[in-house]
Amino acid sequence: MSSLSASQNSAPFEVSPGYWSGVIGRLRRDPVAMFALLVILALVLMALFAPYIAPNDPYRGQLLRRLRPIGTAGFPLGTDELGRDMLSRLIYGARLSLLMGVTPVFIAFFFGAFIGITAGFVGGKVNSLLMRTVDVFFAFPSVLLAIALSGALGAGIFNGLLSLSIVFIPPIARIAESVTTGVRKLEYIEAARASGASSMTIVRVHVLGNVLGPIFVYATGLISVSLILASGLSFLGLGVKPPEPEWGLMLNTLRNAIYVQPWVAALPGLMIFCTSISFNLFSDGLRSAMDLKS
Amino acid sequence: MSAPLLDMENLTVRFHGERTVHAVNGVSLTLQSGETLGILGESGSGKSVTLKTLLRLLPENRTEIGGTLRVDGQDVLALQGRALADHRGRTVSMVFQDPMLALDPVYRIGDQIAETVMRHEGCSRSEAMARALDMFKSVQMPSPERRLRAYPHEMSGGMRQRAMIALALACRPKLLLADEPTTALDATVQIQILLLLRDLQRQFGMGMIFVTHDIGVVVEVSDRVAVMYAGEIIETGTVHDIIRDARHPYTKGLLAANLHGAVKGARLNAISGAPPSLESRPTACSFAPRCPVARETCASQPPPNVAVGAQRQVRCILAQQ
Repeated sequence: MSSLSASQNSAPFEVSPGYWSGVIGRLRRDPVAMFALLVILALVLMALFAPYIAPNDPYRGQLLRRLRPIGTAGFPLGTDELGRDMLSRLIYGARLSLLMGVTPVFIAFFFGAFIGITAGFVGGKVNSLLMRTVDVFFAFPSVLLAIALSGALGAGIFNGLLSLSIVFIPPIARIAESVTTGVRKLEYIEAARASGASSMTIVRVHVLGNVLGPIFVYATGLISVSLILASGLSFLGLGVKPPEPEWGLMLNTLRNAIYVQPWVAALPGLMIFCTSISFNLFSDGLRSAMDLKS
Repeated sequence: MSAPLLDMENLTVRFHGERTVHAVNGVSLTLQSGETLGILGESGSGKSVTLKTLLRLLPENRTEIGGTLRVDGQDVLALQGRALADHRGRTVSMVFQDPMLALDPVYRIGDQIAETVMRHEGCSRSEAMARALDMFKSVQMPSPERRLRAYPHEMSGGMRQRAMIALALACRPKLLLADEPTTALDATVQIQILLLLRDLQRQFGMGMIFVTHDIGVVVEVSDRVAVMYAGEIIETGTVHDIIRDARHPYTKGLLAANLHGAVKGARLNAISGAPPSLESRPTACSFAPRCPVARETCASQPPPNVAVGAQRQVRCILAQQ
């Protein structure tokens, strides 16, 4: 039926596009966001196809050829302190770094949004209880909290992911709560109630529909923070363990070589920088593309 | 006369909080099917609270409702859970003041209407969409098929209010509440919406309660008028009675404050003073401090409710003579 009515009326008028196709359309016209998206896609592809792209084995090193400069034959980006190929390690490093950057944010998005929306919609004592509990975590700077948690849990990828997820739940819950509280007071919620919708329907349809977008945008902005924190954990020896290639860990192990091969030692940092700024720019573009009023 | 569609007896609404607000103080109303009642009053006079009580939309834990309220023979104040949700939108439905705020911005209009129809009639999505299309035709929406697929922000104010009316009428309610439905619209669209509401009310044979602060609007749509002041109905009667022969000083003041026929450069008539705070239950005539013809007794005892004809009452001591 819908296709019928669309074809009947499409001649003189433009059929109104869906919300998400509108968002995608606006995003496409944003060159900065599109460039950032391309960089992110390239990084993801690089991580997925690392074994096919990487010219050398990222784990095999030879002490005889350690700390070669950028441009050495066979090692275009030089070698690290154990003589391993930097290019291959950077390519393989995208796997763990992206995993550590993106996964905690998604886990925290799920739990944080749940806590925040519940608190915001139910309100009253439930809101106070949930949000004051969340505030306790706010008392610690996020870096310190992540370090303390992974320190207590012990090093390792899983514990790193866990502690980062816990770190990101409070800010997401806080945003979710404030957005939900704002939406709950709006007239269309009352109008939905006036037309007989149950509380569950109102939460599922009207609250989630209006709230998930802003929370999602905020969460994508956290990915860059998560990447940097994850790298920081690895840098401190709390996240990924050697000899796994991970950008933060590579930055750590190469820091002794900063006087010998400063450019080689800076490469992992450059990767972290590019990745996090791409996520940030994309999240900014998404934010403005999702704003219906502009 | 058959049992009335709406029977409201001595309704009181109190809001508890940091301070108690006596929003509605003993309002009694009846309405037959197919009849339109206009409630006229200024901001804060309790009009909207009275409407929301009919749908039980007021926050449960801070609101104390007294009196009796029956719609279509059902005790609205006793409804709970599913029965209450069935009542809302099916028996009684509401058109809100600002359609931009009352429509969910992230869903297409057609989906919002279909959602309500599916909720109340348990029909399939395509049947519900067909109903939505019917409703769009009833409210004279231009190119209705296409508008069903539009988002609220893609429509003009008048079209949004038409959509809001279509949403409110989608489940064929017996009583339609309209809370200043034309206030957010510009003058040319206002009259279209008013005429539309009046036509639809007759076509569907519903009862309608129309709340406004605009006398011109009341005249246009209502059969009877109730004038509210400080949470009380101070005068009721037919439109003709109220306009030609207002008895209460407040109603007279409202009519005199009308801009129609005002002479350029002349000072406009206004009722001096401000409405009373509603922190305590009124023990005397609420209007006495502003009343040009107040007597000593007005400030000391509540005014009587004087019947001055069939379906015509005035809450004023002066009406007794």
